[in-house]
Amino acid sequence: MAPKVPPQPTLEQSTTAAAGHGHAHEAPPKGLMRWLLTTNHKEIGTLYLIFSLTMFFVGGIFAMVVRAELFQPGLQLVQPEFFNQMTTMHGLIMVFAAVMPAFTGLANWMIPLQIGAPDMALPRLNNFSFWLLPVAFTLLLSTLFMPGGAPNFGWTFYAPLSTTYGPPSTTFFILSLHIAGISSILGAINIIATILNMRAPGMRMMDMPLFVWTWLITAFLLIAVMPVLAGVITMMLMDINFGTSFFDAAGGGDPVLFQHLFWFFGHPEVYIMILPAFGIVSAIIPTFARKRLFGYASMVYATAAIAILSFLVWAHHMFVVGLPLVAELFFMYCTMLIAVPTGVKVFNWITTLFRGSISFEPPMLFALAFVVLFTIGGFSGLMLAIAPADFQYHDTYFVVAHFHYVLVPGAVFAIMAGVYYWLPKWTGHYPNERLAQWHFWLSVIGVNLTFFPMHFSGLAGMPRRIPDYALQFADFNLVASLGAFMFGASQLLFVAVVVLCVRGGRKAPGRAWEHAEDLEWSVPSPAPLHTFDTPPKFERSSH
Amino acid sequence: MSGSYYVPASSKWPALGSLAVGVLMAGTGMLLVHGSGSPVMVIGLAGVLAVMALWFRDVVRESRQGLYDAQMDRSFRWGMGWFIFSEVMFFAAFFGALFYVRNFAVPWLGGEGEKGVAALLWPEFTAHWPLLNPPGDVAGPREVLSPWQLPLVNTLILVSSSITLTVAHEALKEGYRATCRNWLAGTVLLGLCFIVIQGVEYYEAYAHYGITLEAGIYGATFFILTGFHGLHVIIGTVILATMLARIHRQHFSPDHHFGFEASAWYWHFVDVVWIGLFLFVYVF
Repeated sequence: MAPKVPPQPTLEQSTTAAAGHGHAHEAPPKGLMRWLLTTNHKEIGTLYLIFSLTMFFVGGIFAMVVRAELFQPGLQLVQPEFFNQMTTMHGLIMVFAAVMPAFTGLANWMIPLQIGAPDMALPRLNNFSFWLLPVAFTLLLSTLFMPGGAPNFGWTFYAPLSTTYGPPSTTFFILSLHIAGISSILGAINIIATILNMRAPGMRMMDMPLFVWTWLITAFLLIAVMPVLAGVITMMLMDINFGTSFFDAAGGGDPVLFQHLFWFFGHPEVYIMILPAFGIVSAIIPTFARKRLFGYASMVYATAAIAILSFLVWAHHMFVVGLPLVAELFFMYCTMLIAVPTGVKVFNWITTLFRGSISFEPPMLFALAFVVLFTIGGFSGLMLAIAPADFQYHDTYFVVAHFHYVLVPGAVFAIMAGVYYWLPKWTGHYPNERLAQWHFWLSVIGVNLTFFPMHFSGLAGMPRRIPDYALQFADFNLVASLGAFMFGASQLLFVAVVVLCVRGGRKAPGRAWEHAEDLEWSVPSPAPLHTFDTPPKFERSSH
Repeated sequence: MSGSYYVPASSKWPALGSLAVGVLMAGTGMLLVHGSGSPVMVIGLAGVLAVMALWFRDVVRESRQGLYDAQMDRSFRWGMGWFIFSEVMFFAAFFGALFYVRNFAVPWLGGEGEKGVAALLWPEFTAHWPLLNPPGDVAGPREVLSPWQLPLVNTLILVSSSITLTVAHEALKEGYRATCRNWLAGTVLLGLCFIVIQGVEYYEAYAHYGITLEAGIYGATFFILTGFHGLHVIIGTVILATMLARIHRQHFSPDHHFGFEASAWYWHFVDVVWIGLFLFVYVF
C-alpha cells in the first residue's frame, strides 16, 4: 500500500507569467503611497517582514542592555527600574512585533502562492492589518519616554503588579496591545478565508502544503485567544482607571483570575509562534533530503492535536500560585500529553531525513538546527510540566532557558530558514552562500552559549527578572552575555545577506531548489507582482 | 470556478483607518492618564467612524456594480463568520471571569474548600452571591436588580427582535420588499427600545441600588458584561438601520443580499449573548 504522501502538484497551464496579464490591474501608485495603499499580498508580506526585522533589532537592543547589565554581578549600567522596563519591552516586542508579524509576513507571501490563489481573500483588510502594527508599536515604544517609564512588570503583566503598582504608561500599553490584537484577529480571519476559499480548483485540504495547514490551525488559535487577551487587558484598564475589582481581592476579585485569563491566551499564543515554524521546517527538510515528507497526514493530525491540547494546559504556568491538587494533576497530565503529537512531528522529520540525499544549504542548516534545538526546548518543557519539580524551577533561569530554546533556535531559526528558502522566489537571486553559512554558524554557537548556561544557573536557583545576582552565578552569566553579544552581532550578517540578495546575486530559476515540490516553485523567480490571475489547475501526480 | 479572479483595487481607507485608530487610542490614553486629550480622542473617533462609513460605501458601490463574484461572496461569509467567532471569545473571557469569581474566588475567600486559607485575609467575611459585602474596604451594592422586571422585558424584546428580523429576511428572500422593510423597521425599533430600557436600568442601578463600577466584583462583572453587550446592541442597531436604508434604496435582491444576512448573523449573535447574560448575570 502506498503511504499517504503529499501529492506532486503539476501546473497544466502556465497562466502565471507576468507578461500579458498586467493589463487587468491598474498601475500602482508611486513611492510611499504605493506601500501605504497596497493591497498586494506580496508587497504586504514584504512590509510585514521588514517591520518584523526592524522590531527584531529593537527588541534585540533591549536584550543586549539586559545581558550587558548581567555580564557581572552588581549594578553597573542601569537602574533596576530601567532593567525591568528592558526585560518587559524585550519580551513584548519580540513576541508581538517580531515573531508574530514575521510569520504573518511569510503567510502573506507564501499562502496564496502555495494554494494557487491570486491574492489574499480580503486584500484591503490585509493592508489594514499591517498598518495597524506600526501604529500599535509606535504607541508602545513611546511609553519609554513617558513619566514613570515604560511597562516594567514583565511581558506577562501580572496583576496587581500591572494594575495597582504599574506605571502610568500602563494604560498606553493596554491600548497599544488592543491595536496589535485587532491586527492579529483581522489577519487571521483573512488567512482562514484565503485557505478555505481560494485554493486552486482540485486542491483538497489534504493536498495543501504543511505551511498552509499549520497556518490554518494557527489562524484558528489566533481568532480564539486574541479576543480573550483583549478581554483581560480591558479588565486591567477598568481596574486601573474606573475602580473595578476584577483583580483585587478586597472587592471580591482575584489576582489569580488575571493569570487564568492571561494564560488561557498565553499558552495557545506560544503555539501560535511555533506551529507555522513546523510548517516551514516540514517544507524545507523534504526538499534538501530529496525525499517526500514522511507521514504527511500524521503531521496534520499532530498539528491539530497540539492546537486542541493548547486550550487545556494553561495553568501549568501557575503551578505555584496555589491551585487545588486536582487542577495541578489535570494540567500536569494534559501538558505531558503534548509531548506525544510533538514527538510524532520530530520523528517524522527524522524519518524523512533517514536515507535521504541530504545537502546542507543555509535553509537546511537552520531547519536541522531547529529540529535539534527545538527538541531540547521541548524536553526542558517536559521537565517544567512536572508540577512538583516545577515548584523548584518556577521563575528561575531554567524557565528562561526553556522558552528561549523554543523561541530563538525554534521560532526565529525557522523564520530565518524560511527566509533563506524563499528568498530566491522573492528576489530571483540565491542568497550569498558563504555569508549565510557564517550567519548560521555564528548564530547557532551564539544561541547555545547564551541559553544553555541558563539551564544550570536556573537549576542552581538563579531567579528571573533581576538586575543583580549572587556571586556563584557569575561564570554562567558571563558566558551567556558573551554568547548574546555574539548572537546579536551576527544578525547583522543576516541583514547583509538579505540586502545583497535583493540587490543581486546568482540568478535563481523558477524551481530554485531541485526537489522543491509545492506550487510556489511553478511560478517564475522572482515571482511577478500578480500571480495566478486565473486559477491554475491543480493535479495530483500518480504514484 | 473558471474565469479570472476578482482582486479589489487598492484603497486609501485601510491606511487612514489605521491612523485614525492610532489617534483614537493615543487620545484615549492621554485622557485617562493625564486628564487631557479628549479633543484628540474625539478626532480619532470621528476618523474611525468616517473611514468605516466610506470604506463600507465603496464596498457597497462595488457590489452594486456587480464586481463581486461568488468566490468574493464566500470570502465575505467566511470573514463575517470568523469575526463573530472572535466576538464570542471576547465575551467568553468575561463570562469566564464571572464563573471563576462565583465558583472559586469568592467561596475561597469565605473559607470554603481546599483553598479556603484565603479566608485568613478577612476572617469576618462570609461568601455569598450576589456579593453585597466585599471582604475588604470596598462598598458593595445595596441590593441587586430583580431579573423579572426590566431584564425580563429586555429579554422578550430581544428575542422578539430576532423573530421579526427572521421574518424580514424570509420576506426579502421571497421578494416582498415592503414586508421586509416593515419587519426590519420593527426590529430596529425593538433594538432602540432595548437600548433605552438598558439606559433606564443603568440609571436605577447607579441611583437607587448602589450597583456601580466601584461596587466590588459584582458591579465589575455586571457592568463589563452588560456594558459590552449594550455596546454591541447599539452597533447592531446602527447596522440594521443601515440595512433599512439600503432596502429603501433597493440594494438587495432575493438571492443577493449578503450585507443583510451578515447583519442578521450579528444581531442573532448579540441576542444569544443576551440569553447568557440574562441567565447568569440576572437569574442565577
